[in-house]
Amino acid sequence: MAAAALCPCQAVLARRGGALRALCGSVRGLAAGTQTHFGFQSVTEEERREKINQVFESVAKKYDVMNDSMTLGIHRVWKDILVHKMNPCPGTLLLDVAGGTGDIAFRFINYIRSARERQLQRKLRQHQNLSWQEISESYQEEQFKPLGDSQVVVCDINKEMLKVGKQKAQYLGYSEGLSWVLGNAEELPFDDDKFDVYTIAFGIRNVTRMDLALQEAYRVLKPGGRFLCLEFSHVSNPIISRLYDLYSFQVIPVLGEVIAGDWKSYQYLVESIRRFPPQEELKAMIEDAGFFKVDYQNLNSGIVAIHSGFKL
Amino acid sequence: MLLLLRRAAARAGVPLLRAGPGSPGNAGLSRSEPRARRGRGGEEEEEEDEGCYQLYPGHIPTSPLQKALLAAGSAVMALYDPYRHDMVAVLGETTGCLALPNLRDKMKHHPEGYRILQERPRICLSTLDMSRLRELPDGSLGREYVRFLEDNKVSPDTRMPAKFVDDEELAYVIQRYREVHDMMHTLLGMPTNMLGEVVVKWFEAVQTGLPMCVLGAAFGPVRLSARKLQVLATELVPWAIRSGRNASCILNVYYEQRWEQPVESLREEIGIFPPPAVCV
Repeated sequence: MAAAALCPCQAVLARRGGALRALCGSVRGLAAGTQTHFGFQSVTEEERREKINQVFESVAKKYDVMNDSMTLGIHRVWKDILVHKMNPCPGTLLLDVAGGTGDIAFRFINYIRSARERQLQRKLRQHQNLSWQEISESYQEEQFKPLGDSQVVVCDINKEMLKVGKQKAQYLGYSEGLSWVLGNAEELPFDDDKFDVYTIAFGIRNVTRMDLALQEAYRVLKPGGRFLCLEFSHVSNPIISRLYDLYSFQVIPVLGEVIAGDWKSYQYLVESIRRFPPQEELKAMIEDAGFFKVDYQNLNSGIVAIHSGFKL
Repeated sequence: MLLLLRRAAARAGVPLLRAGPGSPGNAGLSRSEPRARRGRGGEEEEEEDEGCYQLYPGHIPTSPLQKALLAAGSAVMALYDPYRHDMVAVLGETTGCLALPNLRDKMKHHPEGYRILQERPRICLSTLDMSRLRELPDGSLGREYVRFLEDNKVSPDTRMPAKFVDDEELAYVIQRYREVHDMMHTLLGMPTNMLGEVVVKWFEAVQTGLPMCVLGAAFGPVRLSARKLQVLATELVPWAIRSGRNASCILNVYYEQRWEQPVESLREEIGIFPPPAVCV
């Protein structure tokens, strides 16, 4: 029974490097909890959760600054593309998991606001034969619903990240349509069939049991709901891959040390990217969780990929 | 013995680490990357079969390119935000490759310095007996040191441990230099405001030749007012340079064994001239 549970773990380890290491891993696993990876180290699942918790506690305050400096601001474009792909209409209920500092949530709200304005304008154009009285009455009704019942729930496992997100929301002036929930992607504190869209941007890499997270995503989505995952992925082009590796391993930890005073967290970041399953493998995992029409879109030659699936 | 073995391994290992910008090339990088990433807990974990390049606790092996980037980045950041003491420390470590062996040799060839290298004393709150030092007579090194710590509200425990020095003994040398910095303040009679720090940097630049001290001495005054700059240029810097030149190596003094010695006598012994009578 224990051997069966360890089998998927062993398969992953064998693929990653060396039958010997897999054997050692399974022995250690029997001794101290299932083995998994933290960057290039081998740790138990409990240790991994704890370490990742510490990483995000320490990077929370400088998270946005570091994102901008590491990606030279390009992460903003990636997130914009994700929300455009989502193309939400007013009335959508979004769950943004691992959404800590709120980047996706704020973009969603902006998108809905402009979609809502366009909607209102269209309505008004259709009613141009109304009297002034009727027009001002219609303004009054619409005023109370600038978001048109859309809601976004930001769920994150780390309190510090949520704190930073809430402060940002206050500073930027986002108040309605936004909720902040402390929760674990592997075990979401929500009921079944609740949300229209589930997004996880640059978060699924840090989840210890990805299969559980995907199952939870399937559970909380309504039938017809969409799963969207934005994550670092694998670059197949050899030249770009070499440059990307060079940049990742030489420059990013240095940026982490200089800007955030934290080399190790950013070393973990680049190592965890290398450990993450490539596009096709992630697609298979999403299909395993029950999603249909699973597809992915590479951005920047595969440095980042958006995976999408539907619950039917 | 273990030290020699580790040093040999380091000399063999470190050049192999990252031969140049091209080496962390392909997707299967796991082999070439240093396995020494310890988790934030810091404790020794099960080692991977690839072996450990970590030379001392807290050591982060870096390639020449990374050191260059760190040096540049930390210099800019230290100027931009002078309160980033960790950046000053990183700058010292990444640029000290010539000056640190020099300092280590100076220590080796001096009896007291040699003893320090062997015994590796550390100045931190856990090794200092603060109550005993407070009871020493006024004017003694111990009493004045504690007074300096209390007046300026600093603690010896805020020194960053060495991270980027690729030699265990040199890591100790730079650590010792950092811990002795507060002694310098006490011996030179300088407080920890910007002006005092610049004066101490000038003294240390002449004494140690560390590029970080030279840069700090040259760029530190940028943030001072005109009046302070004048005092600095006319009185303090010439005195600091003269004292620095005249004094023997400050790392060759076993301060922990001289708490009772009066500061004046220690100044004379080392060769530091009495500080000028200006308000710093």
